[in-house]
Amino acid sequence: MLGLIAKKVGMIQMFLKEGVRVPVTVVQVSPNKVVNKNTKHGCGYSALQLGAGEIRRKLLNKAREGYFKSRGIGNPLRHLKEFRVSDSLLEKYNIGDLIGIDMLQGIMSVDVSAISKGKGFSGVMKRHNFSGFPRTHGTHEYFRHGGSIGMRAKPGKVFKGKKMAGQMGNERVTICNLRVMGLIEEKEVVLVRGSVPGARGATIEIYPSNRKARPVINLRGAAAKEGTKNPMKASKALSKGKASSSGKASSPGKASSSGGKK
Amino acid sequence: MSNLLKEINNLFISNVKAAWPKFRIGDVLKVELKIKEGEKERLQAFEGLLIADKGTGVARMLTLRKVSYTEGVERIFPLYSPCIEKIEVICRNKVRKAKLYYLRKLKGKLKLIERTEK
Repeated sequence: MLGLIAKKVGMIQMFLKEGVRVPVTVVQVSPNKVVNKNTKHGCGYSALQLGAGEIRRKLLNKAREGYFKSRGIGNPLRHLKEFRVSDSLLEKYNIGDLIGIDMLQGIMSVDVSAISKGKGFSGVMKRHNFSGFPRTHGTHEYFRHGGSIGMRAKPGKVFKGKKMAGQMGNERVTICNLRVMGLIEEKEVVLVRGSVPGARGATIEIYPSNRKARPVINLRGAAAKEGTKNPMKASKALSKGKASSSGKASSPGKASSSGGKK
Repeated sequence: MSNLLKEINNLFISNVKAAWPKFRIGDVLKVELKIKEGEKERLQAFEGLLIADKGTGVARMLTLRKVSYTEGVERIFPLYSPCIEKIEVICRNKVRKAKLYYLRKLKGKLKLIERTEK
């Protein structure tokens, strides 16, 4: 699926009309350049290679520099990433074309992939949310351990996938269905509800989600009052409420509305 | 905070920012809050001493403390919440700390806030 290379700027909070505060990640989407086209004929699959970010020429080796040169791209780009696309989409773009934030216009929710923050070699309590052992009652040098890892002679082995200590973070993580709270086009910024993997300034990939957008807020009290009394129909009332609130949410400043339902 | 983040922050607060008066720690503020009761909306006022001002940008929070019927009451307000209708400075006090948490421990007569004129 065609996505974009973007940058995680940081997190802020946003107020909705109702006064509810919502955590929002600011994602900067500078225009991506089409650097290469992979066709079924040549590579066995069709994909667009996009590039983003500036890089000093000094940091490039000859091979990389030549790669950009051969494609007629004047300014070399820091990040390159291939996105698998359909043949019909592939035909629409030419090498050197820019794909910008416009691509996310009218999109309600996005998926974000990135490398998560590395936590190093972590114990089971941090890595798998184990409970550890009691602080008192005679526990001796056994506070943050995982406990038993198996049975006895039968099965006589430790099962694969057993949760143990190990490297945590610094792996590719995808968060699906993050609601788009607004686009600020002149600043090339997308406001995404919730958190996104990676540190501030990290390079991330942002894709239009093919899932149904979640409501902006899950109001326990207020929304239920507005809707019908039947709890089975509460979800319907919520989706109605969210349509109005999302419009309002993006109103501060010049944030354009995220548009209607997909 | 990076510059871009600050800019985005300012987008959200710029229209609200101008509406609030200048205040400092130690001021007695009156905050009028919009409260929704069913269909109706009304204003609720909370008057108290500003004992803490935390956070930056949209996330800025004010802690107000008052003593009502000898019982200390504290309430925290998000400064840029759309629910806040009005902020008024009632009077000013000269204080020497940025956080007036010591007021919580005071007993007897000291518990009541001394008020000076504006």
